[in-house]
Formats: sequence, structure tokens, C-alpha cells
Amino acid sequence: MSMFAIFGVSGSAISSQSQRLNVVASNLANADAVAGPDGQGYKSRQVVFQTVPLGSEASAGVKVSAIQESNAPLRRVHNPSHPSADTDGYVTQSNVNPVEEMVNMISASRSYQNNVEVMNTAKTLLLKTLQMGQ
Amino acid sequence: MFANLTNGLDFQSKALVLRADRQRLIASNIANADTPGFAGRDIDFKAAMRDATGGGNGASLALAQPTGAGAARGLAGGITNPQHIALQSSTTSLGSSGPRTDYTVPTQPAMDGNSVDLDRERASFVDNAVRYEATLRFINGTSRTMLSAIQGQ
Repeated sequence: MSMFAIFGVSGSAISSQSQRLNVVASNLANADAVAGPDGQGYKSRQVVFQTVPLGSEASAGVKVSAIQESNAPLRRVHNPSHPSADTDGYVTQSNVNPVEEMVNMISASRSYQNNVEVMNTAKTLLLKTLQMGQ
Repeated sequence: MFANLTNGLDFQSKALVLRADRQRLIASNIANADTPGFAGRDIDFKAAMRDATGGGNGASLALAQPTGAGAARGLAGGITNPQHIALQSSTTSLGSSGPRTDYTVPTQPAMDGNSVDLDRERASFVDNAVRYEATLRFINGTSRTMLSAIQGQ
């Protein structure tokens, strides 16, 4: 029953997409985080997907091979009254771009839905195969 | 005599296995829709079915043999309609016994080198699921016909 492998393939994709969603949540939560005394603010994180063969060559699953930090410059906002402001009156914040993260979130949730749909269809087909000849 | 009874079932069961293989392949494509550099793959069902039935004989011959419609109209890549997308040849196959797979031609190339067209894959997935079910019904119908013939009721 080669169709059982679909659950492995789509399952790996679902877990990868949920990890991507998790990273997006971290980024959005820290979008307005202010840098500590060392001046190092929160850096936006992105997942890197990689194909992983599952058993045979036809079953290509996905895994998150790495979580990379963005190298974009940290955002500096002029706010002299802020307790964390430096001598010039600037506050260093994270380099998260909320618009990008929202797009990322929608893309991840759509991919997640796609794979759930694939699993449901595979399940229906397998159940009908079980009833063969009855 | 028994072979005559199961000939039709043989053909349908091969079709069912191929449909299951294709379903798995499309699931892999959908799972890797966001993976950079992933090349989508598909099965040329007609050619795979012809290979699986060994050119075919008897009743399966008419179904398994190429119609020649595409060749008559001068179309390349084994397509029968100019609006179909030709599959590029590759040397990969699904293991030693599985059907030959081909890389799909991306209609809208992406910056990350991913060649999966999600809309097309979803359409193929539903199409393949319906055809899988149709094959299942053919098998059920054949077995029911044989049973009623045996029981003589």
C-alpha cells in the first residue's frame, strides 16, 4: 500500500509549515522589542526548507534544515525620553518587518491547509480501498 | 478458463497501483511547494500503463495502446492536445519496479528554482483521486458480476 506513504510526506510538510508559523509568531511578538544594554536587538528569523527522501524516490518529504537570522540592519527610532535611548537619543529595535511576516504567515497557513486536504483525500481513498469487493 | 475471468481485474489492478503511485508523487509535489530548488515530477500515465501491461493483449489492448492522435497532428512530447503540457524526459524512476517519472515544465518560473505549480498540482491531485475511485468501482463491478455469474442467481 504505497498510499500510506502520503501520510508521512504530508505529515512532514505539516510539521515544517507549523514550525514556520511558530517562527513567524516569534518574529511578530518581538517586532517592537527594544535592544538591551549591549545594543543587540532581536533579529528576525526565517526557516529554510529542504527536501528529505522518505523511503522510495517518489516520496519526497520536507524538513526545516536551518533557522537563519536576518542580517538586515536593526531599526533605530529617535525617542530621547525612552529609558533605553543612547547618547544621541536613539532607541534600537528589532529588524522585523511586520508586513513581510504577515505575508509569510498567510503563505504558511495556506500550505498547511493544502497538505491537510491531501491527507484527507488519501484517507478517503484508502478507506474506500478497504471496502473493495464488498 | 480462470485467466479469462481475471483478465479484466488484472488490468484494473495495475491501473490502481499506478494511480496510487501518482497520488503519492503529487502529494510529494504539494508538500515541497515551498522548498527552494525542488523539481516537481509526474507520471506519464498512458506510457506507464503501456509499460505495466507489457504492450497489452486481448481486451486491455484497446485501452493501453497509444491512439496516435498526437502523432497524427504532429505534436511532440507524447501530448495529444496542443494545450497540454509536454513532459520532459528524465532518467529517474520510482525504484526498480515503479513507473518512470518525468519533471514537469514550470509555467511560471520562481526565483527560488522551485518548479511546482500548486494550482496544477491540486487539480491533478483531485483528478487522480477521482480516477482512482473510478478504477475501484470498476474492480468492484467486475467482482460483483463474476460473483453473480458463479452463484447463478
